[in-house]
This record gives sequence, structure tokens and C-alpha cells, in this order.
Amino acid sequence: MPMRDMILEMITTIARQQNKQLAPLHDDLELLGSGLDSLCIAILVAELDNEFGIDPLSAADELSFPVTVGDFIRLYENAAV
Amino acid sequence: MQPYNRRSLQELMLAFEPVSERFIADATLRLSLRPLDAANRLHGGAASFAGRNVLIRTRGQLAAVLALLALDGVAARILLCPPDVTDEQIHRIMQDGETDIIVTDADICDENSTPARQVAATPRFDTEWVLFTSGTSGVPKLVLHSLTSLTAPLRDGPSADHAVWATFYDIRRYGGLQILLRALIGGGSMVLSDVDEPVASFLIRIGKAAVTHVSGTPSHWLRALMSGAAAKITPAYVRLSGEMASQDILDRLRQTYPQARIGHAFASTEAGVAFSVYDGRAGFPATVLSAVPPRPTIRIEGGTLRVRSGAAAARYLGTPPRGLVDADGFIDTGDMVELQDDRYHVIGRREGVVNVGGLKVHPEEVEEVINRHPGVLMSRVWGRHSPIIGTLIAADVVLTPRHDGVVGDFAGIRAEIMAACRAALAPHKVPVRLTKVAEIPVMASGKIERRRA
Repeated sequence: MPMRDMILEMITTIARQQNKQLAPLHDDLELLGSGLDSLCIAILVAELDNEFGIDPLSAADELSFPVTVGDFIRLYENAAV
Repeated sequence: MQPYNRRSLQELMLAFEPVSERFIADATLRLSLRPLDAANRLHGGAASFAGRNVLIRTRGQLAAVLALLALDGVAARILLCPPDVTDEQIHRIMQDGETDIIVTDADICDENSTPARQVAATPRFDTEWVLFTSGTSGVPKLVLHSLTSLTAPLRDGPSADHAVWATFYDIRRYGGLQILLRALIGGGSMVLSDVDEPVASFLIRIGKAAVTHVSGTPSHWLRALMSGAAAKITPAYVRLSGEMASQDILDRLRQTYPQARIGHAFASTEAGVAFSVYDGRAGFPATVLSAVPPRPTIRIEGGTLRVRSGAAAARYLGTPPRGLVDADGFIDTGDMVELQDDRYHVIGRREGVVNVGGLKVHPEEVEEVINRHPGVLMSRVWGRHSPIIGTLIAADVVLTPRHDGVVGDFAGIRAEIMAACRAALAPHKVPVRLTKVAEIPVMASGKIERRRA
């Protein structure tokens, strides 16, 4: 499964587990406007680290936080290369 | 240094008219407690230690017991050094403890030497007893007690003569020393654990010695239950202290030792034994808060358990001076308690709190939920770094081996644990990662070694 689909699936699962109402996901949607709170996003980042062993947000050279769902996916797609 | 106005430990021990042979034993030696003149087992006799501050630093526990018996009432101060103190820490400890003399194994006669008849040192001192706290980091703190404060808890609880006591603790820690004093002063016998002795061997050994009273931390007991040798003992009394006793471990012990009286004690090196609970349920009833002197007075303030007690230590040694009691004479134990359905539960240590995005999580409360799963033997919860909110909850899990030694499928167990955590805990307390591990380290103090993020 491509990284993009994995991430979108994880977002849906986490939102369900945390009882969050999720907006329809698209690349321009702001992460914090998606219905996920900061705990959900932290869990998402931790699960991606568990699953793929990559944690680009903890990397020293990553200074800006991805704003949209599309930014977030691209960050992981680039880190996974 | 105060003038001598009490009986020494050895005098208290010998005051008892034994109904049967009393002994103290370790893995290699068994000494009869009567007659025993411990001073004869110190090369050079006890007199050379009179009025001095003495550090007892031996490899084994039996040598330490002999030194205690020989020196209480003779030395001005005894510092009882636990085995895990390193050579690098000793200099600072001797400074803080104002001592320049060490008793080691070389100073103690073993059974095969013929003790030279020594001029007995006349007891003249109300010897100070200094215990070491089992600090999680750095040099242990030195805690000033006396034989009076250390024996204050003995008026409660079992003191059956001809009891045979054993403890998983080292007797150079508060929890172990309590058991030694109960055995020596209460007219009983004692079997000591040996450094690096496997739990199963210890259980077999104390079983052969017909042990009746056994104590340890919940982690000690868990190791005993999983050792395969738990049935080698049939104790009349089982005691837990030093860590929160969960309902799970109390139930497991009840099942394994149906004949035993099972109690869990709330105690710390500084505050002494605060109280014990015998109803088989985790936590403690609110009635504990209405105890009056001479029993320890308990109160809860700022969410933590506080104790004012004759069993408490006088102060810390060393510089800078560190306070022990508040203006009302209470010691803050740092154990955080919560009232749940008319019963108080210790939910964790104040300094162990993990902060998840500004919300507090006690590792113990999460472990309690994880440990309810029958496939889980033991767990350890810790704070894992998160770039988003600082810290998230992670857990290491040891699975219960089946009878054939094979552990179950972890993926299935993980899903069940996660479901249980989501049902029982607030979202920020649910672990984001469960890792199967072969073992969770237990420190020399008998407590789980806490993992830092």
C-alpha cells in the first residue's frame, strides 16, 4: 500500500478510536481543521514511527510543522525515500 | 550521641526464652542464636569500635547481622550499607555519615574460625542507625533512625515466637531490616537471601527451613510465583511492601497460599511502617486515617500520603541539610492517593508522573489495567518522546508463559490489551506502543526499575 493510503487509513482509524468527527480528507485540508486534536496527531506520528521506523518531525533539520494533510503526507513520502 | 539508656539489640534478642532452637541462616551457614556472642565474631573485638561511627559494608547479609549485633550499643553510629552502593559513592557517604571506619567481611569470623575470647565492650550508647534510601539515581540519601524508631512498628503485626522468617529483601534495606528485627526481637529465626541467588533456589532453601513468615515487594512475589518453586513454601504469613500491591498480585498470592494471612504494608525508609492492610483488597480503607498515637497518624494533603509517627526517621544526614518533616511533624511520602469507591488507592509516585500534553499520567495506573489481562505477567509504562506533545505513553509487556513454556500470540493479546486500555483509561493514558519484552528489570531494592524517556 502506498504511504499516502497508509497515512489516510491510519488517520481514519485513530479518529474512530478517539471518537473524533473527521472531515472529508483532501490534500488542502488543514490538519488541525480535520477533527484530529494534538493527541491524535501525536498518536499518528508515533504509529508511523512504530510501523516504518521514520519520525521526520523529530529529525533535527525539520523545523516547520506540516500545516495541511498534503504537507504531512509529502513529509513522510520524502522521508521514506 | 546519647547516654546509654536501653537494651542493645543482642540483649533484646537473648532476653527471649526460646521454645525451640533459634537460628539465623544464609545459603552456606546456619548459626544458633543462643548462645551467640556476636562480639566474639569480630576480629579485634567490639571494643575498638566503641563510641565511633562505623560503616558496615559486607558482601553477605549474615556478616552484616553479626556486625549489627556486635556494635549496637557499642558504636555511636552504625551505617548499614546496602550491597549495590558503588566504590565511587563510598567517599561521599563516609563524609555525609561522618565515619572513618569500615567493617568488612574480613573483620568477621566465619564459622570455621575459632573466635578469640574478647573483652566484651560494655554497651554505653543509644546507637544511631543510618539506613540508605534506594534512590533511583545518584548517591543514596542517608536516613537517621534509632533502634527505638526501627522497632516501633513491631507492636503491630505478627510476633509469633518460633516463627521462621524470610524475606526477598536484603536486610540492609528498611523492608528487610524490619523482618530481621521481628525475627531477632520477637523470638523467631531468620533465613537470609544470598547475593545473586536465583528465586527458585531461595524458595527451595527457605521451604526446607520450614519458613512460616515471608516478605517482599510485589515484584519479588511476582518473580516467586513465576519461578516454578512457589509451592516449595507454605507460609502462614505473607507480607508485601515497598511498591503498590495490585489486586492482581493479591489474588494470585491468595490462590497460591490459601492458608496464609496476607498483608500489604505502606512503608518507606523515611516514614517507617505507616500501616498494614489484611483484607485482601488493593488500597486501604478510610479508617486508616482515624488511627491515633501510638499508631502512626496518617493524613492526605495535596494528594499525597503524609505520616507522623514514632517509627519515622529523625532526619537526613549530610550537607546541605534536607528537611524531613513539615511544621506539624508529618513526612510527605510522595505516594499519590485517590479515593475510589470508599477506598484509597495509591496511584503512583509524585516524581514518577508522566506529562502527556499537560495532562498527568501515573505509570502505575496504566500498568494496573494492562496487568489485568491474563496473558500478561508484568508490565512497565513509561513516557516516550513525541515531537507533537512532548511525551506519549508507551508500555513494555512480559507475557505469562504457558505450561509448555511457549508464550501466546502477541498480536492478539496486544489488541485485547489496547481495547481494555481504551475502555478503562482516558485517551491520553492509552499506550501508543506496546512492546513485548522478555524481562522487566527489577532493582536491587526489589522495585521495578523505572524507564526514563
